Amino acid sequence: MTFRHYLLQLLRDVRSQKLRTFLTLFGIVWGTAAVTLMLAFGQGLHGKLIASIKGLGENIVIAWPSRTSKAWDGLGRGRRIRVTDEDLEKVRREVPLITRLSGEYSAWNLRFRVGRKVFIPGMSGTNAEFGVMRNLNPTTGGRFVDDADVSHRRRVVFLGDKLKSDLFGVDEAVGSEVVINGVPFVVIGVLAEKDQDSSYNNRDNDRANLPASTFKAMYNRAYVDNFVFQVAERDDAVAAKKEVIASLARTHRFDPEDTEAVGMWDTNENLEFMDTFMLGFRLFLGIVGTLTLVVGGIGVSNIMHVVVEERTKEIGLKMALGAKRRFVVGQILFETLALTAIGGVLGLGIAWTVCASFPAAAIEYVGSPVISAQVATITTGVLGLIGFLAGFFPARTAASLDPVEALRL
Amino acid sequence: MFGHFGNGAGNGGKNGGNGALVELAGIRKVYETGPVTVEALSGVDLTLRAGEFVSVVGPSGSGKSTLMNIVGCLDTPTGGSYRLKGEEVGRFTLDRLAEVRNRRIGFVFQNFNLLPQLSAFENVELPLLFAGMATRARRERAEELLTEVGLADRMRHKPTELSGGQMQRVAIARALACRPDLILADEPTGNLDSSSGRDILHVFEDLWQAGHTLLVITHDPAIAQRAPRSVTVEDGRIVADN
Ligand SMILES: Nc1ncnc2c1ncn2[C@@H]1O[C@H](COP(=O)(O)OP(=O)(O)OP(=O)(O)O)[C@@H](O)[C@H]1O
Ligand SMILES: [Mg+2]
Repeated sequence: MTFRHYLLQLLRDVRSQKLRTFLTLFGIVWGTAAVTLMLAFGQGLHGKLIASIKGLGENIVIAWPSRTSKAWDGLGRGRRIRVTDEDLEKVRREVPLITRLSGEYSAWNLRFRVGRKVFIPGMSGTNAEFGVMRNLNPTTGGRFVDDADVSHRRRVVFLGDKLKSDLFGVDEAVGSEVVINGVPFVVIGVLAEKDQDSSYNNRDNDRANLPASTFKAMYNRAYVDNFVFQVAERDDAVAAKKEVIASLARTHRFDPEDTEAVGMWDTNENLEFMDTFMLGFRLFLGIVGTLTLVVGGIGVSNIMHVVVEERTKEIGLKMALGAKRRFVVGQILFETLALTAIGGVLGLGIAWTVCASFPAAAIEYVGSPVISAQVATITTGVLGLIGFLAGFFPARTAASLDPVEALRL
Repeated sequence: MFGHFGNGAGNGGKNGGNGALVELAGIRKVYETGPVTVEALSGVDLTLRAGEFVSVVGPSGSGKSTLMNIVGCLDTPTGGSYRLKGEEVGRFTLDRLAEVRNRRIGFVFQNFNLLPQLSAFENVELPLLFAGMATRARRERAEELLTEVGLADRMRHKPTELSGGQMQRVAIARALACRPDLILADEPTGNLDSSSGRDILHVFEDLWQAGHTLLVITHDPAIAQRAPRSVTVEDGRIVADN
């Protein structure tokens, strides 16, 4: 069979030209490992950044009632807009795009005491939905503020993991007591450690959450400091923001076009920016890796040119014996692709080993590199194309040999 | 010896209307190397019939090899007409030419031209591989051929492990592999000592007896004498044919 003949020829070449084969393979191995690792690290970093952004919450918008910047309906500008829970319930009824909503009452000056330890962390009063929106997931054995806590104004508190360590050390906190400004509260849950790259108050790990009703009653608040809402799909956020402002504008009589009356931070904008940025970054990594592979490919192509030159006589003889050009082209292409494939497999193996043994300490900073199906497909595609091109030109040279000239050598 | 190679003398009847295997008319070959042009062949007319044994003689540089390359479809003439079994070779595609070289022509070279990395057996297999023959049939055929040329016990040897005469026998076995219509040999004994040369001459005679058509370029008077027909080339022309 032709294939067997090609294969035997390849094995003979490899055996008789060990150093050359090694050098050729090295270029491809290195290039493949470079492409794969670049793509894998790009993907890992992207994943890590997305997780961080999502640490704040997915598809959420954070809104701060502020002051009007335009006159409207006979009312002057600079008027303070104060939002109550009732206003927010109206918003919830009027804007069906919203899937979750919670007001947030904040304080920065309350003393948390456990035994002799005292800390003054940031804290918020919210409803149960807040925990889901902001990914405030408890460690096992705990929970976030729930609806019953809110309706019964329970004196319970949910602690960020850092705050918990500060107050309790390694001891179990759930069920224990924290005294907040002289009033005892029961800890109901501790935040499970999470990535979070942005915040508007402080990192969640150093904060505490109370039921909104308890907070309002104890600290005498009527108006939310800010509120947070969530939509089902990323694309819903823009429309939802408009409708929320429109609802509040009707309630509080301000211009719905007034962009300052209620400030909004759409966290999706971060994601969008990050996606664009990461696409560029990963493209850059991919191109750098591919160029490395191209250099390897040029090496293979050179070697194959040398092979063709060395084999001129052999190729001429085969043509004289009736080998068609297909056969000659096939042989050179086969050798090139086989070498590329061997190098590629070795390179992928190296990349895989690097990814698998990537130290956990580093994962915290750059994410864990993943050789996903996407990465593997891209690498294989690039590799195949380079192998083909590297073989194509030498093969064409071989096929256009004049058998008479070749035999004269 | 070569009785069952299946190329009996009777195949003349399959050839072109007038029974000619090869018809060359006004064949010219001009080499242009830079400013110098060399006319290697200047109007050669030659007809070969199936079953003929023709020797080609002539001084060095007279154009014998050029002529043989054209007859063997390895080279294309600058002008003139070449009909092989009645078909105009000039109209063949590259793939068709490869097929003709594979199936209809068997080459034997002065320097053997065996692939050094392949065994005798594998060298004989090559044209069969190009012909697309199945592995089994190919092996049987290669074995049969090598046995015929008396190398049954040398099949797995590399060319470097064979004597000149043995190498040329391998080359002849290879030339016969696809049962060609025509065997072309360019100074087949040129690199051999006289006893191996005589051996090879006997092989050619046996082939002829078995019905093969042979065109043999030679400086060797022994071969020229044995061939019933001898063509003399001088300065790119045929000056004698008898
Ligand atoms: N590729 C080429 N380029 C230029 N000139 C060539 C080429 N090949 C052959 N020639 C010329 O054509 C002429 C005929 O050459 P050819 O090889 O046919 O001679 P020959 O009869 O076989 O000689 P010899 O007996 O020495 O083998 C010579 O003058 C040679 O120099
Ligand atoms: Mg010659």
